[in-house]
Amino acid sequence: MNGREPSSRTLIIAVVVSALAAFAVTALLINIFQRQEEAKHVFFRVVDLDDHIDDPAIWGKNFPFQYDAYKRTVDQVRTRYGGSEAVPRTPTNADPRSVVAQSKLEADPRLKTIWAGYAFARDFREDRGHAYMLDDQTFTERQIAVKQPGTCLQCHGSVYTAMTELGKGDVMQGFEKMNALPYAEARKLAKHPVSCIDCHAPDTMQLRITRPAFIEGIRALKARDGVKDYDVNTMATRQELRAFVCAQCHVEYYFKGSEKRLTFPWGNGLQGDQILAYYDAIQFKDWTHAETGSPLLKAQHPEFEMWSQGIHARSGVACADCHMPYKREGAMKISDHHVRSPLLNINRACQTCHKWPEAELKARVEMIQDRTFELRNRAMDAMVALIADLKAARDQGLSDELLAPAQTFHRKAQFLFDFVEAENSTGFHAPQEAARLLGQAIDLARQGQLTVRGQKPR
Amino acid sequence: MLVWLLAIVMGLSVGIALYTFVYARGASYLTDDPKACLNCHVMRTEYDGWVKASHRQAAVCNDCHTPEGVVQKYASKGYNGFLHSVAFTSGHFPDVIQLKPYTRAITERACLKCHTDVVHAIQMRRGQELSCLHCHQNVGHQ
Repeated sequence: MNGREPSSRTLIIAVVVSALAAFAVTALLINIFQRQEEAKHVFFRVVDLDDHIDDPAIWGKNFPFQYDAYKRTVDQVRTRYGGSEAVPRTPTNADPRSVVAQSKLEADPRLKTIWAGYAFARDFREDRGHAYMLDDQTFTERQIAVKQPGTCLQCHGSVYTAMTELGKGDVMQGFEKMNALPYAEARKLAKHPVSCIDCHAPDTMQLRITRPAFIEGIRALKARDGVKDYDVNTMATRQELRAFVCAQCHVEYYFKGSEKRLTFPWGNGLQGDQILAYYDAIQFKDWTHAETGSPLLKAQHPEFEMWSQGIHARSGVACADCHMPYKREGAMKISDHHVRSPLLNINRACQTCHKWPEAELKARVEMIQDRTFELRNRAMDAMVALIADLKAARDQGLSDELLAPAQTFHRKAQFLFDFVEAENSTGFHAPQEAARLLGQAIDLARQGQLTVRGQKPR
Repeated sequence: MLVWLLAIVMGLSVGIALYTFVYARGASYLTDDPKACLNCHVMRTEYDGWVKASHRQAAVCNDCHTPEGVVQKYASKGYNGFLHSVAFTSGHFPDVIQLKPYTRAITERACLKCHTDVVHAIQMRRGQELSCLHCHQNVGHQ
């Protein structure tokens, strides 16, 4: 000590500094305490859930982090080949939407020729997030073009509770009743887009299948593989269910018979050409092409089927692993219910397994998509050329009977091309399978052209 | 009078700091016990992977993730420990955690602590060393 008392000003500063230090350390202490508590208690039961509650906001009281992420499916973000941009539009009485996704028909008018005569040639847009599924289905112009059945709501709304009530406790009966309703009637039964109860059991939160069409479809597929009476809700593993719950909707389907029963055409297998063979066997068609008279099939978002042919499925990677990867909220680890393109979430979605920089992983995905897109464009050119040839032949007076072989080529090429076009990964879910189908589509379209030209009067 | 107040406030600060240190198991970070790395829940995946991985027989976390030499080791622990605390307190870090170039270099060198005899024939000259982790990224934990 130099014998001099420190000035009171110095002392006050010292008091303030040490008090601030104590403040900061206490704040850190509380933070550590919180993190440790978070790790101990992953959830608090605030409300009792049961099989009649379809409102996600009520489930969200028990699972606020999952609910919070789920609500973020309203985000509209573009990726190179997918995602959606928010396109403003003027609301009308018939369609009150002020924002829609960009039109795929305007982006590539060849699609209008390819789907001529079908509702998809009238309105077809990029898919938006789950939050929009009910509105986008309710207000699409396709509703005006065709009278749609209640079946559509199977995948455009949370209808599990509605089906159970319609069937007086029996989902299967409710399913049949809802399919038979006109769309506008059934629409009144759906209050929310896909919701917690559509994938989770309310008592255990375990994943479960609520859609009868998947229960029947997967049973038919398993029967083909020699498994009798497959019951998905008792026989599927947890990891399988992490793909199956998505496959309740992200699949190819058709409406069977006059009762419009939603059916997944999997009796021959999941590959595009196997499904085509299934449709050929039952002589099913979605529409007759306006310019060629061919009896055609439209593929719809066969994500599950395409994924099943790829290396990720083979490695046991489920939809949820990439589209709902694990994330942290404080010390808690939850699966991200903001379902979206993995390209918008590369760290969590890809880098868990692939230890490469984000830019490298994105480049790998886009390389696959660029190549698929190039092949898809070639397939579209071949399709448009075949349609032009068939149309010219009809204009010259060749009968549909004479043109039937070429129309069969048109039918096959259309379905296999569309199986890749309508699938939401631009080939990524199974690159070689997508290329195989597009290669077939190109070949079939060109064979169709040769057949038409061979029949032209010389 | 102010001196007394100062003494009390400083004592409080030190006391709270010490309690926080004990409560947060601060001393465990000075050991080589892999459980210390598990104090922070972020390392759970890596720890679980290590428990089942081949290197569990031969190495603990610190063998591969801290440099050789007592001073370097604790300097590195202090540096990374600080960054980890900031990251976990603020919540700003990638969920799938990643090595920084500095820590990656430590791990690359650590491989050679044991495996030099096997790989010296394929090791290139300085500046062009082969990366062990390029192919063997999962040996420690996956």
